[in-house]
Amino acid sequence: MFEGTSPFSDSVDATFLSIVGISALVLLGILAFMIYFLVRYSRKRNPHPENIEGNVALEVAWTAIPLVLFMGMFYVGWKGYLDETTIPDNAVPIKVTAQMWAWSFEYPNGVRADTLYVPVHTPMKILLHSVDVNHSFFIPSFRIKRDVFPNRETVMWFKTTEVAEYDIACAEYCGLRHSYMYNKVVSMDSVRFEGWYKKASIDQSKPYRALGDLSQ
Amino acid sequence: MATSVVLAGAEPDFYHTVTKRKGILSWILTTDHKRIGILYLGTILVFFHAAVVLGFLMRLEMLKPEGALVEPQTYNTFFTLHGIIMIFLFVIPIVPAVFGNFFLPLMIGAKDVFFPRLNLFSWWLFIAGGILALTSVFLPGGAADTGWTFYVPYSIRTTTNVIPALLAAFILGFSSILTGLNFITTIHRMRAPGMTWFKMPLFVWASYATSWIQVLATPIIGITLLLVIIERLFGVGIFDPTLGGDPVLFQHMFWMYSHPAVYIIILPAMGVVSEIIPVFARRTIFGYNFIAYSSLAIAFFGSLVWAHHMFTVGMSDTGMFVFSLLTFLVSIPSAIKIFNWVATLYKGSIDLDVPLLFVLSFIVQFSIGGFTGLMLGALSVNIHVTDTYFVVGHFHYVMFGGTGFGFFAALHYWYPKMFGRMYNKGAAKIAWLLSTIGFNILYIPFLILGYAGMPRRYYHYLPQFQTLHVVATVGSWILVLGLGIMFVNLFLALRNGAKTSANPWGGETLEWTTPSPPPLENFDEIPVVTKGPYDYSKYEKAAQEVA
Repeated sequence: MFEGTSPFSDSVDATFLSIVGISALVLLGILAFMIYFLVRYSRKRNPHPENIEGNVALEVAWTAIPLVLFMGMFYVGWKGYLDETTIPDNAVPIKVTAQMWAWSFEYPNGVRADTLYVPVHTPMKILLHSVDVNHSFFIPSFRIKRDVFPNRETVMWFKTTEVAEYDIACAEYCGLRHSYMYNKVVSMDSVRFEGWYKKASIDQSKPYRALGDLSQ
Repeated sequence: MATSVVLAGAEPDFYHTVTKRKGILSWILTTDHKRIGILYLGTILVFFHAAVVLGFLMRLEMLKPEGALVEPQTYNTFFTLHGIIMIFLFVIPIVPAVFGNFFLPLMIGAKDVFFPRLNLFSWWLFIAGGILALTSVFLPGGAADTGWTFYVPYSIRTTTNVIPALLAAFILGFSSILTGLNFITTIHRMRAPGMTWFKMPLFVWASYATSWIQVLATPIIGITLLLVIIERLFGVGIFDPTLGGDPVLFQHMFWMYSHPAVYIIILPAMGVVSEIIPVFARRTIFGYNFIAYSSLAIAFFGSLVWAHHMFTVGMSDTGMFVFSLLTFLVSIPSAIKIFNWVATLYKGSIDLDVPLLFVLSFIVQFSIGGFTGLMLGALSVNIHVTDTYFVVGHFHYVMFGGTGFGFFAALHYWYPKMFGRMYNKGAAKIAWLLSTIGFNILYIPFLILGYAGMPRRYYHYLPQFQTLHVVATVGSWILVLGLGIMFVNLFLALRNGAKTSANPWGGETLEWTTPSPPPLENFDEIPVVTKGPYDYSKYEKAAQEVA
């Protein structure tokens, strides 16, 4: 269920899991202190309380330590984000059109497809626009999504690392059949891909030029 | 305290004071802050239970990947209504409007709020907004199906009753603004002699910070929703791209209010926690100043992080950097509060009674809400989990696990003061256990589902998600059972609960110096405050030996 594959899934998963790990430790710490105090200082064991009004050193410590941890988390998240948005120059541009409730794809030579076929290991630049309401182009296995708007083009990129199929979902609510707006990324080895691309170009009478050349 | 017991016999409580109006009119035209608090409690609970039923039905629907109960359109109206009711008619008003109204004047030693008639007007606005929201469901066109976020352009295009729903939220906004205004004025002008700012109970500090957000942020949502109405009615292009507008502008304006609203929702509940822990630990709060200032810090920084709801719209890198950084900073004051609360248990003399149990659930669940918030604040992770069940799980941990349980804690803590009776504590403890267990079984699967790629607002889902959906639904049954026991128990105690004393928990704040329930004007004589709100030194060993 969590299989991820893309240049980003490993780093997103690592960032996520490290925050989960730190959070779990702190939560266990909070729980441990809480339960220990509840037992140790129950009214039966400790009938007379002590009124400790505070401790500045402790306040400074539990402000400064989270601050350092949080800045670390911020930095890692920011770096990961920069990787996701720094699009390689040789990425192959694909135009994606969203509408209630389907995705369609257009290749550089004008070939249209209703599934996103891509050659493996090739960076793809996804140019998104909508013809009606807001949508969001989400590929869970790649750990990326980008909102799609009717009045502006949004961009994202990815590169597949193996020959496989991945789900595309719509992540911005768009009405009645929002949850049926699924599609696939089909990652093919380059020979099979060029075969498909050539045939589709001829069928739709578009000039064929290998996509592989574009990404050189 | 001894004097107030004597007075209890002499002066009738506020339920029994003879006023010029009788029966129902003595309630719906009252200007007594306590009666208005009870009015809010009654009406908000009706809305809350309606929205719980919707949530329960949504969980039943999710038992099967292709849907188990209703049609997609019905499901879409369910989550829209569940959101609108829970946000605007439950979590935003529940603590300030009920406990703020009832207890804020009592806690600062005042006879009422500064503007009692405005207070009544706020309740009427609340009722008008609530009724409009419910009516919109039954008007021709059908209930709104936009989600509670009303994102444009969908909210411009749909043929459902969006305008009544927007108008309802607009009116409810005014109720919220006026309540905030009233509390700010009351806190500035009506504190008892001797109650300096740093002798105020922390619930009052939290209410003060909340009120400022209500006054400053709510007008933004008001104008935004009004602009959507104008756009729908007259075709003026503001947000709709077909008319030359910009849908991202709507999102900015929507979240400029709706993120601060998160703090309107959580701060008062944090105030409740700060009240309850010292009473049951019988000791002063740890780090009073830090807790008080952290409320103000949350109110301030919370106003500057709205765009973290929109990290996937394609903002500039500068925008992404700043909003992510500020999001991490705003979590610091919340962390400070949690550490101070836990430290308040240290060397206390702790009675693990019902209100404290709910507070413990609050602390753990709100912490999980905060930790998942850190995950969402990290940009690369946010891009993956935003608009999935992870976000839904996260905000339910904050709104329900935090504010919802804070409300349950407040209700069980102040119930004897409000109604003069005590509920069955055994039943209340069972209710606490079931609701805490049910809550976590319900929402932990949401976090996992979201990371696995289950988007939110989905009527239908992929088969690999079914197991976790079923687990969550079973959790919802346990939760609802717990809630059922809780409210039946509290309801029965209105009639059958044992009569209680003025101060059953041994609290030191001023509301406990009045009889339970308090008389119409609260205090026979306005008290003079000489010490801090949580002075439990009389229980210390030295003090006991002297006695």
